[in-house]
Amino acid sequence: HDDMENLEGYVGFANLPNQVYRKSVKRGFEFTLMVVGESGLGKSTLINSLFLTDLYSKEYPGPSQRIKKTVQVEQSKVLVKEGGVQLTLTIVDTPGFGDAVDNSNCWQPVINYIDSKCEDFLNAESRVNRRQMPDNRVHCCLYFIAPSGHGLKPLDIEFMKRLHDKVNIIPLIAKADTMTPEECQHFKKQIMKEIQEHKIKIYEFPDTEEDEDNKLIRKIKERMPLAVVGSNVVVEVNGRKVRGRQYPWGVAEVENGEHCDFTVLRNMLIRTHMQDLKDVTNNVHYENYRSRKLAAVTCNGVDGTKNKGQLTKSPLAQMEEERREHVMKMKKMESEMEQVFEMKVKEKKQKLKDSEAELERRHEQMKRNLEAQYKELEEKRRQFEEEKVNWEAQQRLLEQQKLDVTMEKNKKKGKIF
Amino acid sequence: GMDAIMLQEKLVERLLCARGRTMRQKVDKQYVGFATLPNQVHRKSVKKGFDFTLMVAGESGLGKSTLVNSLFLTDLYKDRKLLNAEERISQTVEITKHTVDIEEKGVKLKLTIVDTPGFGDAVNNNECWKPITDYIDQQFEQYFRDESGLNRKNILDNRVHCCLYFIPPFGHGLRPVDVEFMKALHERVNIIALIAKADCLTPNETKKLKDRVRDEIERFGIKVYQFPECDSDEDEEFKQMDKELKECTPFAVIGSNTVVEARGQRVRGRLYPWGIVEVENQSHCDFVKLRNMLIRSHMHDLKDVTCDVHYENYRAHCIQQMTSKLAQDNRMDSSIPILPLPTPDAETERLIKMKDEELKRMQEMLEKMQQQMHEKDQ
Repeated sequence: HDDMENLEGYVGFANLPNQVYRKSVKRGFEFTLMVVGESGLGKSTLINSLFLTDLYSKEYPGPSQRIKKTVQVEQSKVLVKEGGVQLTLTIVDTPGFGDAVDNSNCWQPVINYIDSKCEDFLNAESRVNRRQMPDNRVHCCLYFIAPSGHGLKPLDIEFMKRLHDKVNIIPLIAKADTMTPEECQHFKKQIMKEIQEHKIKIYEFPDTEEDEDNKLIRKIKERMPLAVVGSNVVVEVNGRKVRGRQYPWGVAEVENGEHCDFTVLRNMLIRTHMQDLKDVTNNVHYENYRSRKLAAVTCNGVDGTKNKGQLTKSPLAQMEEERREHVMKMKKMESEMEQVFEMKVKEKKQKLKDSEAELERRHEQMKRNLEAQYKELEEKRRQFEEEKVNWEAQQRLLEQQKLDVTMEKNKKKGKIF
Repeated sequence: GMDAIMLQEKLVERLLCARGRTMRQKVDKQYVGFATLPNQVHRKSVKKGFDFTLMVAGESGLGKSTLVNSLFLTDLYKDRKLLNAEERISQTVEITKHTVDIEEKGVKLKLTIVDTPGFGDAVNNNECWKPITDYIDQQFEQYFRDESGLNRKNILDNRVHCCLYFIPPFGHGLRPVDVEFMKALHERVNIIALIAKADCLTPNETKKLKDRVRDEIERFGIKVYQFPECDSDEDEEFKQMDKELKECTPFAVIGSNTVVEARGQRVRGRLYPWGIVEVENQSHCDFVKLRNMLIRSHMHDLKDVTCDVHYENYRAHCIQQMTSKLAQDNRMDSSIPILPLPTPDAETERLIKMKDEELKRMQEMLEKMQQQMHEKDQ
């Protein structure tokens, strides 16, 4: 055994992560990003800047352009490819959010959307056939804070408090180019203070073992919430072409770390922590949803918080219900078919009846025709008979006359006795 | 304020694969950057570590433990006590587990070897695989319960990812017990058939035996683990290698716990008067091929097939059974807090079929009536 220890060898399972890597590339990736905020805060511009697509354009304008009376939740999917990697990106936006006079409960459609995606996943996970389980759960919510400079608004607090244990929230200061660095600093501090006061749990980076990475996390935390500027326009600055906003007094560059935190956001959201956002959604937010759902069910068999979801009974009762539903559906189909059948039969019967009536009518008509003809014929025959009688009478008369003449002749000749 | 971004850029560099990096250099216009996703996944997997459960089955004395030691460069069986024949008469098939944590290049692996001492050793080996199939099913059941429970944070995955089945080299192919065993297991676990102690076969004999075994496997409808097809983007050399590997199955293996000196090197091997057998010499046996496929290239696929196919089959089967039982009993109490929503079960299927037939009949009647009407109109 000493010999064994001295013998160097390489088993090779260090290749496992590469096997995982290859499989993940093959399978492709999915990511769902939600953007929430009042109209005009530059949400669509930011999305376009982040993903370098024209997800929002004249043809399909951003949420602020789509005037809605009530808060809607709308999603758009786009498949993007880069460096051999395929990503199905879903952007969920919420036109109408915060735009009304009375914004009470304007977060409810958002909550409903997130919960319904979790429920879809729960259902998919519970099926017998689980071959395809698309993940449409919301992995991250960018929440846009208006650059008032003072602090969070009551709506901001309400929203974040209700959503922070359903989805990863990344709060952003929108249109950061309306504040000077000092104002921005002050605003950020104020916001973070209020977030802590209200015990709002925004997305946090996972700890790592590498010092450098931990340093990075600290540095990013210092900048939170991230103040962003977006632009769909490319301008020229010192011979370079950059995305930016051209003012008379200079150009606010989107990707300049001293102008705003866009680059920090993009790097973190897409390039370094996209997978972690998905993992936290799956391991924490979704599991919380699932536990809540199942706990409510197994406790006493009756779920008090009955929402539009189906999972409100004990699991086995659920199966029974599904089965009953199937049977009911079949019965319904059957009764519908029977109804259709009845209707058709009625139709046919009616048609038959109509046909019969028609036939009857025609029969009558024909009979009358016949009778008329008969009468006519009778009339003709009578006439004929009359004529015949007359003619016969006439003939007899003629005969008689002829006979009389002959008799006269014969009398003269003395032949009559 | 530039520090954060600089650090980020460094991290991004690390996360970009070679392909992504070249792309980045080439592209003038900016890029979004999600090409780092595979490496984000890679990093997380390294951080989390891996686990793998390997079962070895076959008669005593076929070199199973030696092979496992050779494969993983460990000595899992240090304190093993071998039973003699007399002791083995009364022994039944046991299931024993050994777990060891090994690390290589920063990657951690929790390896569990499931042994099946006593298998095939008795005089009457009828159903000697039952304890083994029971064990596999138990692990599936445990996982099913855990997966369906409320708190899923720390689920232990004890499912068997692969079973190395050792075929003795002395016979002329598969014996009945081999066939029965593999058929009992092939839909529960990935089976990789091996010809054990291949150093008693000449190359010719090895080839004959392999052909025979491959043929019998096909003839008896045994579904051994199929190595997946090569990716289309692999180069020709790799594809050729892959093809040769597949044609080499079942692998003929030799294992060794001893070090010998061969060709100036110290290697694992077996010293015979007529020569030295080197475990890792590809012209001596297929050990290297097995190791490469089992560990270096397909370990994760073995896990995936276990999870996506064998386990899912078990789960589906379980659910069907429960639903039909439910229909019979019409009771809803059960200790299993599961939440399966089945696609139409047997009962419902039958109902659906009945309704379908009724519908068909109604349809036919309708058609007949329409026909009659049509004729009458004429």
